[in-house]
Amino acid sequence: MTRIEGYNFAYLDEQTKRMIRRALLKAVAIPGHQIPFGSREMPLPYGWGTGGIQVTAAVLGQQDVLKVIDQGADDTTNAVSIRRFFARTAGVRTTTHTSEATIIQTRHRIPEHPLTENQIIVYQVPQPEPLSKLESSRVETTRMHGLAEYGLMHVKLYEDITRYGHVAISYDYPVMVAGRYLMAPSPIPAFDNPKMHQMPALQLFGAGREKRLYAVPPYTDVRSLDFDDHPFRATRAPHACGLCAATDSYLDEIVTDDRGGRMFVCSDTDHCETRRARGHVGAQALAAE
Amino acid sequence: MPDETLLSARGLSLRFGAIPALIDVDADLWPGEVLAIAGESGSGKSTLLNVLSGRLTPDDGVVWYRDTQAKLQDVHAMPQPALRALHRSDWGFVQQNPRENLRMGVSAGGNVGERLMAQGSRHYGRIRDQAADWLTQVEIDVARIDDLPRTFSGGMLQRLQIARTLVTHPRLVFMDEPTGGLDVSVQARLLDLIRGLVRRLDIAVVLVTHDLAVARLLAHRIMVMQRGRVVESGLTDQVLDDPQHAYTQLLVSSVLQA
Amino acid sequence: MAYVAVKGGERAIDNAHAWLAQDRRGDPAVAELGLDQIAQQLGRAIDRVMAEGAVYDRELAALAIKQAQGDLIEAAFLLRAYRTTLPRFAYSEPLATENMQVRRRISAVFKDLPGGQLLGPTYDYTHRLLDFTLAANGQPPPAAEAEAETAMMPGVADILGHEGLMERDIASDATPADLTREPLAFPAGRDARLQALARGDEGFLLALGYSTQRGWGGSHPFVGELRVGEMSVEITQPELGFPVDIGDVTVTECQMVNQFAGSKTVPPQFTSGYGLVFGHAERRAMAMALVDRALRADELGETTGAPAQNVEFVLYHCDNIEATGFVEHLKLPHYVDFQSELETIRRMRADAMREAAE
Repeated sequence: MTRIEGYNFAYLDEQTKRMIRRALLKAVAIPGHQIPFGSREMPLPYGWGTGGIQVTAAVLGQQDVLKVIDQGADDTTNAVSIRRFFARTAGVRTTTHTSEATIIQTRHRIPEHPLTENQIIVYQVPQPEPLSKLESSRVETTRMHGLAEYGLMHVKLYEDITRYGHVAISYDYPVMVAGRYLMAPSPIPAFDNPKMHQMPALQLFGAGREKRLYAVPPYTDVRSLDFDDHPFRATRAPHACGLCAATDSYLDEIVTDDRGGRMFVCSDTDHCETRRARGHVGAQALAAE
Repeated sequence: MPDETLLSARGLSLRFGAIPALIDVDADLWPGEVLAIAGESGSGKSTLLNVLSGRLTPDDGVVWYRDTQAKLQDVHAMPQPALRALHRSDWGFVQQNPRENLRMGVSAGGNVGERLMAQGSRHYGRIRDQAADWLTQVEIDVARIDDLPRTFSGGMLQRLQIARTLVTHPRLVFMDEPTGGLDVSVQARLLDLIRGLVRRLDIAVVLVTHDLAVARLLAHRIMVMQRGRVVESGLTDQVLDDPQHAYTQLLVSSVLQA
Repeated sequence: MAYVAVKGGERAIDNAHAWLAQDRRGDPAVAELGLDQIAQQLGRAIDRVMAEGAVYDRELAALAIKQAQGDLIEAAFLLRAYRTTLPRFAYSEPLATENMQVRRRISAVFKDLPGGQLLGPTYDYTHRLLDFTLAANGQPPPAAEAEAETAMMPGVADILGHEGLMERDIASDATPADLTREPLAFPAGRDARLQALARGDEGFLLALGYSTQRGWGGSHPFVGELRVGEMSVEITQPELGFPVDIGDVTVTECQMVNQFAGSKTVPPQFTSGYGLVFGHAERRAMAMALVDRALRADELGETTGAPAQNVEFVLYHCDNIEATGFVEHLKLPHYVDFQSELETIRRMRADAMREAAE
């Protein structure tokens, strides 16, 4: 795709990128702590990944290889839209293969294939404040983070166990970073949380509408909140992928008819395709042959 | 500061605009003792409580607290995080209106367990057991442990607040009219409970009340306040049986006539 | 110069109107806007005015927009006032949206579902870069065409309802409230609330819906389904005994799927928020569904206290015709009341200054 005329590399001007990178440095220095930044209006609406896009734009270089996923898939409309945006404004090489990418921008999933020290993963974050559902005032939550007063969240977990027998949070499950800051990992399924712990790659988080950045440096402790006698469990649908037979990847549920017919498929499309290319075949793929 | 006192205040003064709320007030509290601050509304007693507990800053004067390491702390010079931590551990504050100190949307057990969790407890079963134990100690039916405070009566809410406050075994508890607004029979039961707990757990209490009967029942010593000043202080029985200051005499005689 | 009492109010108003008409027309050398141009090329403005004016008539809406110089609340006001003059002669059958001739249908809760994800004509994935080629006018290249989807397109509410995962709406024979005939009364049932929201100010609904997402009374919403398409409106005349098609309307329907209620013993179910509006108006339909759900908080036993959950606050202030009327009425003369204020403040100031001097 030819680069669009009249815009700087990756759309943002260099001063803005510098401002974002300074904020990112602060974020990396204080893992899990939210750094306010002067988020700009972007050509995609707030809520559609402007934070992630600004972070990617600020760290992207001409030699980078970019992968963009949404819900784990490269071909969902928003992932296509964002990938196209960077192809037009930066002209960088793009890929759908996790292992080939140097920067991965993601909405709501962490790729199944483990990431390396040479990669950066950029998360799109709708709500950076992990306490937002319990305390609507940002003034108050800022104080709570500053004083490490997280009683409100502990009480919520206690109440869940009392009412449901287990914690009723299935995505955006709150984590403690480096033993100090409570952090919202973005609406990834709880299943993905363990991947964040001691991850070799740099993890950057951008919330454009809320105007916050945060980061988890490589090899940092990230622990999902739980109780000793009710430990965190990463749950997934108890099925194998209908296309590649994987039993350890996160699955999408596809409705096939209105009588309750269902099929389960890897949400990570690259992971699934790679497995199929290696000869793994799932039950529905067999049935189709 | 006199030896061995847990809390001492000297020369406290505070004005709200043109109105003097506290005028040169001194106070001392020894470990395990209950000190009542008595007076009518407008006397400054609640203001004094708030200054002693660090919630209000005085214009003049100092409040010293002797911590668990026997080290003296200037309450109003402490950094905010340290003061807040103190309020969650060694100190407690019982409000007149329990709704201000409870999470009304959280179960009784969650309310009591919160301080434990804030201090690092991570075992659900044990937190729940301790909460259940405390509910029993404040005479709330353990079967209500999962109920929301919305369903509790006024007296029960107050007892729940007390459980929530005492669960971390504070050494010093501030109480602002803890029985205010409750029916007389409920008050009596609650006072009995407080007296029993305070004695058994050896807690020092600063208690604000307009009701001399409450002071007589609970307090070892009493300070009588009028318009921002302490007009008389001493052992509760002595002051109430033989009041020296005219205002104290007036207060005591009003009670007798009632 | 001696004071002369202000006169000539009527002439002033006439002059104001004449000037307004001129202002509205703009430069006479520029071609006048045709109603067909507005109807064809400003379709979203038409949709908004029909929704808030509570009248489905595209041509009338175009006229209102022209007359209001593009002020859409003013245009909705014109339609509402016109509505008052219309006689009512029938109620339609309820719209069965599962029979919609769908132009656009998406679901955020399933990757794929029967009937598929149809993007339709949407702004969603456009990049908001000003397109200067539009300034030059011209024909857009023709869009690809295909056979219309005829496969079954069950609603997501039904798909989830199958497994009992989502609460079901219970059909009722009771007469629904009618906000166009009776004043709002409390407690307001869901029927009255939805009516108020359907014609409420889009900005207000949007802000309230937004607030629920940011923690002011949240309910973890997902777009179960969003549909845009055409529906035929049918009435059943008693003499005929069978329904008669009297025309088509375009509607947008949004089914929000929200957090479950339930416990260890009561099987939890997803709860619903619903939005249905005239025209192609996704923002409005979605905001309406968010606010509908928030207003059900009390009924669902949730803690309330957020603005979007406050039924009186929301319903009393969502009608922008009422709102603009009252806000703008402050421009009317109030000098009689103000005079009494002047006297009071002068007296109080005199007292205060006298006391300070003492």
